[in-house]
Amino acid sequence: MAPGKPTDAVTDMNMKVSAESKERLQKLYGLDKPIYVQYFDWMKRVIFFDFGNSFKDMRPARNKIFERLPATILLNFLSLFFICLISIPLGIYCAVRKDSFADKSITVILFILYSVPSFWLALMLMILFGIHLGWLPISGLYSFNFDTMNIFEKIFDISKHLILPVAVSVLVSLASLSGYTRSGMLEVLKQDYIKTAYAKGLTEKQVVLRHALKNALLPMITIIGLSVPGLIGGSFIFETVFSYPGIGRLGYEAVMARDYPVVMGIATLTAVLTLLGNIIADILYTYADPRIKITK
Amino acid sequence: MKTNKFFIIGVIFILLLILTAIFAPVLTPYTPSQQNLIERLQAPSAQHLFGTDDLGRDVFARIVYGSRISLSVGFISVFIILCIGTFFGIIAGYYGGTIDYIIMRFTDIVLCFPTFFLIILVIAFIEPNIYNVMIVIGCTSWPGLARLVRAEVLSLKEREFILAAKMMAISNVKIFFVHILPNIVSPLMVYSSLAIGGAILTESALSFLGLGVQPPMPSWGQILTSGKDYIYMAWWLSVFPGIAILVTVLSFNLVGEAIRDAFDPKNREANF
Repeated sequence: MAPGKPTDAVTDMNMKVSAESKERLQKLYGLDKPIYVQYFDWMKRVIFFDFGNSFKDMRPARNKIFERLPATILLNFLSLFFICLISIPLGIYCAVRKDSFADKSITVILFILYSVPSFWLALMLMILFGIHLGWLPISGLYSFNFDTMNIFEKIFDISKHLILPVAVSVLVSLASLSGYTRSGMLEVLKQDYIKTAYAKGLTEKQVVLRHALKNALLPMITIIGLSVPGLIGGSFIFETVFSYPGIGRLGYEAVMARDYPVVMGIATLTAVLTLLGNIIADILYTYADPRIKITK
Repeated sequence: MKTNKFFIIGVIFILLLILTAIFAPVLTPYTPSQQNLIERLQAPSAQHLFGTDDLGRDVFARIVYGSRISLSVGFISVFIILCIGTFFGIIAGYYGGTIDYIIMRFTDIVLCFPTFFLIILVIAFIEPNIYNVMIVIGCTSWPGLARLVRAEVLSLKEREFILAAKMMAISNVKIFFVHILPNIVSPLMVYSSLAIGGAILTESALSFLGLGVQPPMPSWGQILTSGKDYIYMAWWLSVFPGIAILVTVLSFNLVGEAIRDAFDPKNREANF
């Protein structure tokens, strides 16, 4: 399969290693067994989320992943929150003021942001805010003197470190969600019940916020659920660029070091999180929209 | 009107880019791997338009030659996606039943993983180089297209001309190529244009992480890596390659969106 075994990193660097000890090392990790036996051994343990010990420092991969997980969840949760907070009103505004100058310029700006390489945007913001202006730290999640701070200083310190990664993540994801909101809203505004609402003499604000908004936001549930893999995939780049201590960077380091247990653990975890996102979206959808029922 | 304008801008940029890639040696007196340690990390000047990098290589030359890498990765990996995705999409949609079920469940499994992570994973286990980057992007990104094609075929295969062709005992292979393929060309064109932009972004991200195109081949993502290493002293290493990536991806996306608007009047309202 792949050229290079994980044991090569230890053995090839060291000329004194004999062929026998090389074999012993492979046996220790079960690398001498056929692939399918290795696979079933692994499957048995996956059910308990046990991926074995990291090849790098012998600590259980499960612990290594779970201690990094909160940082990634914090980053992605904040990003998702701000994406919704900004893009939904933006999309609604563009739909209501369709073809106005503001709508056109917002659409163009969002289209450009959609094409920006996220890691480059990160570098640009780091140069501007981190180096030239010196306002924000450009890497990590904590300052060096984090342990000596009191609780408020700690919160302030963490938020300061979070601003740039969250900003990059939000900026590159704004386009798709506000685009969906805009087209969803346009579709709803064409419906008869909107005309009825206007005919009743309601103001534009009442019609848009009370009658149209709810219907336009329904598809958002699914789209937000589907954006989970994209956000997690994006974490691999942001976290590496910002040296952010989350599972994205752990995954990158593990891949580079051929640390199979950690890599497999993260792959499984992201798949589970993705499925979870889809299932939650489907369930919420049936609550939000009584027209859809899971029936046979 | 608006659509046309954007389409023309996009096409002009892409043509310029292709010309740049072909005539790279004419555009710059330097070669991309020519080192000059005396002139390392120089700011942009008349002599070095975009400055020099940590090994004294001319950044403008590296960006000009890098367009060859980006374009070939974009075109070839999307060609692979098109072949695999269209094949499985047509088979699944046309035959239905068990084959459809197996192919669609497989795409479900692949779509569970963030594509970028999947690509990093595979690349790290095989040797990272430009050919593997093309192959891996191609082989991991097709499920989305397969679903799209399947949906198109499902609606096409009930149409009279397909039923007539079947009745005339025309072979399935001929039906695929003569009757189905020409009818799904427009969604395929939209998809390819957007996918080329996506593939170029992915390649630059991979090269940025050191998992893509390997030195001495110049790639835009790779220049950005040294931009990150010298972020405190050499802004030009980060700014110019990024603009090159942005403009390229933007042009392909503009063209894709314009084709979508042109072919589908329903979509004329939506912009994304």
